[in-house]
Amino acid sequence: MKQYIIRRAGYSLLSLFLLSLTIFLFVRVTGDPIALLTEPGASQDDIEAMRHQFGLDQPLWMQYWHFVASFLTGDLGQSFYYRTPVLDLYFQRLPNSLLLAAVAMALSLLIGIPSGILAAVRVDRFWDSAGKIFALLGLSLPQFWVGLVLILVFSVYLGWLPSSGSGTFLHLLMPAFTLGWYFAAAHMRMTRSSMLEVLGSEYVKLARLKGLPESLVIGKHALKNALIPVITLAGINLVVMINVAVVVETVFAWPGIGRLLYEGVTFRDFPVVQAVVVIGGSMIILVNFLVDILYALIDPRIRLES
Amino acid sequence: MSQEPLLSLEHLSAHYVSQQGTRVVRAVDDVTIRLGAGETLGIVGESGSGKSTLALTIMRLLPPAARIVGGRIMFEGKNLVDKPEAEMREVRGKRIAMILQDPMASLNPLFTIGNQVGEPLRVHEGATRANAWQRAIALLKSVRIASPQTRVAQYPHEMSGGMRQRIVGAIGISCEPRLLIADEPTTSLDLTIQAQYLNLLRELQREHGLALIFITHNLGIVAKMCDQLAVMYAGRVVEKGPVARIFNAPAHPYTKALLGSIPRMSDNRRQLTAIDGQPPDLSSLPAGCSFAPRCPAAFARCRAEAPPEFALDDGRTARCWLAAPGVAQSLDAQAAK
Repeated sequence: MKQYIIRRAGYSLLSLFLLSLTIFLFVRVTGDPIALLTEPGASQDDIEAMRHQFGLDQPLWMQYWHFVASFLTGDLGQSFYYRTPVLDLYFQRLPNSLLLAAVAMALSLLIGIPSGILAAVRVDRFWDSAGKIFALLGLSLPQFWVGLVLILVFSVYLGWLPSSGSGTFLHLLMPAFTLGWYFAAAHMRMTRSSMLEVLGSEYVKLARLKGLPESLVIGKHALKNALIPVITLAGINLVVMINVAVVVETVFAWPGIGRLLYEGVTFRDFPVVQAVVVIGGSMIILVNFLVDILYALIDPRIRLES
Repeated sequence: MSQEPLLSLEHLSAHYVSQQGTRVVRAVDDVTIRLGAGETLGIVGESGSGKSTLALTIMRLLPPAARIVGGRIMFEGKNLVDKPEAEMREVRGKRIAMILQDPMASLNPLFTIGNQVGEPLRVHEGATRANAWQRAIALLKSVRIASPQTRVAQYPHEMSGGMRQRIVGAIGISCEPRLLIADEPTTSLDLTIQAQYLNLLRELQREHGLALIFITHNLGIVAKMCDQLAVMYAGRVVEKGPVARIFNAPAHPYTKALLGSIPRMSDNRRQLTAIDGQPPDLSSLPAGCSFAPRCPAAFARCRAEAPPEFALDDGRTARCWLAAPGVAQSLDAQAAK
C-alpha cells in the first residue's frame, strides 16, 4: 500500500511538472507581452527597461527556474497587466467561481441524478430515450453556442435575464445552466449505468422478494449503492468547474477564475496564465490522487496490482 | 392431502419472449404441483431446466422479458396470477418468502444487518424502528447467530458466508410466512456449514410449520430434506411424487439417469456416469418428448408426440410414454415377437 501511494504520488508530481513546463512554453508562443503593455511610441530604452523588470530578458531556462522556485515558496509573481500579485487576483475571483460552480453543480445533480434513475428504471422506454437526447445534446453542444442562444432568447427577445455580469441571483441563472447542462449530462449517464448495474444485483432482487414497495427498492436499496461512483465523478467535476469554466465565464462576462484566465491569455499576462493553469491543474491532480488512494483503500484488488 | 393444499400450481407456464417476439423460450411449461401445509418439496433438475424461473414465477417476480402465459398459482385459496401488484407485495416476504442462491450477494453492503432483517417487519406489520430492531435481534438468535446484540448493528462484510446465509434465512422467516422457497441455498457454502444450515432450515420448518420448496441439483439434499420430489427437465416436470418411491423405482428414464449419475463411495468404477448429450435449447424443443434425443429407452412415439402426465398407482406422475397404461405390456409383447 505504501509503495502504491509513493508511486501514485510520483505520477502526480510528474504530471504537475509536465503541466507547468507546457503552459510555461505555450504562453511564450502567443507573442511578446511588451508589445501590448507599452504605448505605441515607446522608446527602445523603455521597452528594454520593462523587459528587464518582468525578467523577460533572461534566458528561457532561467525564467522557468524562477517560475518554479517562486511557485514552490508560494509566490505566484506579479501580473504584468494589473501590476498586483497574481495570488490576490486569484483570490478576488475565487468566490465568484465557487458560487457559479456550486450552483451549476447543484443543478447538474438535481437534473442528472433523478433523470439517470428514471432512465435506468424505464430502460429502453420513452424517458430513457428522452434522457439520451438530453445527454447527447449536453455533451456535444458547444458551451459558447448554448450561452449565446440563451442570451438571445432570455435577454434579447424576452428581456427576462441580464446578459452578462454578476451581482444578483438572476445574473447567475444562465451561466449556471450553461455550465451545468454538460455536467448534468455526464452525471445522468453515470447514474443510469451504475443504477442499471445495481438493479441487476441479488440484494435488489431480495429487496423485491421481501415485498418492499418499488419506492424503497429503488430509493433505498439501489440508489445508495448506485450513487457511490456518481459522487466520485461529481467531486472531480466540481474542481473542473471551479477552475476551467473559461468559455461560460467569458460568454457571460462572469468575473471568475475562468475569465481571469481568458484575460490573462488576451493580454499575454504570463504570470496570470501560468498561475491559474498550474493551480487548477494541481487541484485536479490532487483530487485524482486522493481518489486513487480511496479506491485502493476500498478495493483490495487495486492494491495487489501495484 | 385430501384437504385444500397450501400451494397448487395448475398447468402453469411462463415463457421468455424476445423483443421481436420471434423467439420463445419455454422456461416453465405446463407445470402442475401441489404442496400441503408443512410439507417439503424438492425440485431438482439440471441448470437451465427452469427451476429458478419456476420459483420466480410463484413470486411473480419474473424478469421483464418473461411472462406467465397460462395456468394458475393457487395459494391459500387465491390465484396469485390474477393478483394486482400491490396485493402481490403483501404476499411476498409475508406469506411466501424466498432465499436466493448467493448469500454473499443477497445482503445490501450499505445497511446494517438489523435494518435489513427488520425491514419486512416494518413494511408488512408497520413495526416501529426500535421494535423491528429488537425483533431482528430475536430473529438472529433463532437462526443461531452468536451474540446477536452485537451482530445486529454490523454490516454484511463483517460476516462469514455461513452467517450471511443464516441472516438471509432470518429475513425469510421474519414475518412467519407459510411457504419458504429456498433456491439452492447451500451451493456456495462448504460442506459442514451446509449440513448445519440444512438442519437449521429443518428446525425452523418444524417450529413455524413452514412449507418448504427446496430447489437444488443435489439429490443427497433431497433425500435428506424432502417429502415430495419434482424432477424438472426442459421446463417441464417429468416426474413427481414421494421422494422414497421415486428413489426406489424411478419411472422416468431421466430420473433414472439422474440417480445413476450420483457417484457412490462403494463404487469402484473409474469413470463417472453422465447423461449423454446436452439439455435441449428451450427455444426450439423437439417435437415429441424433450428428453427423447438423450433417452436410452425412446421409441417412435416419443419422437412424434410429447407425453402427457400419467398418474401412477402410488401417487406419482410421470411424463413418459413408458408410464402410459398398457404401454409397457405392449412393448414387452413387441419385444417377444
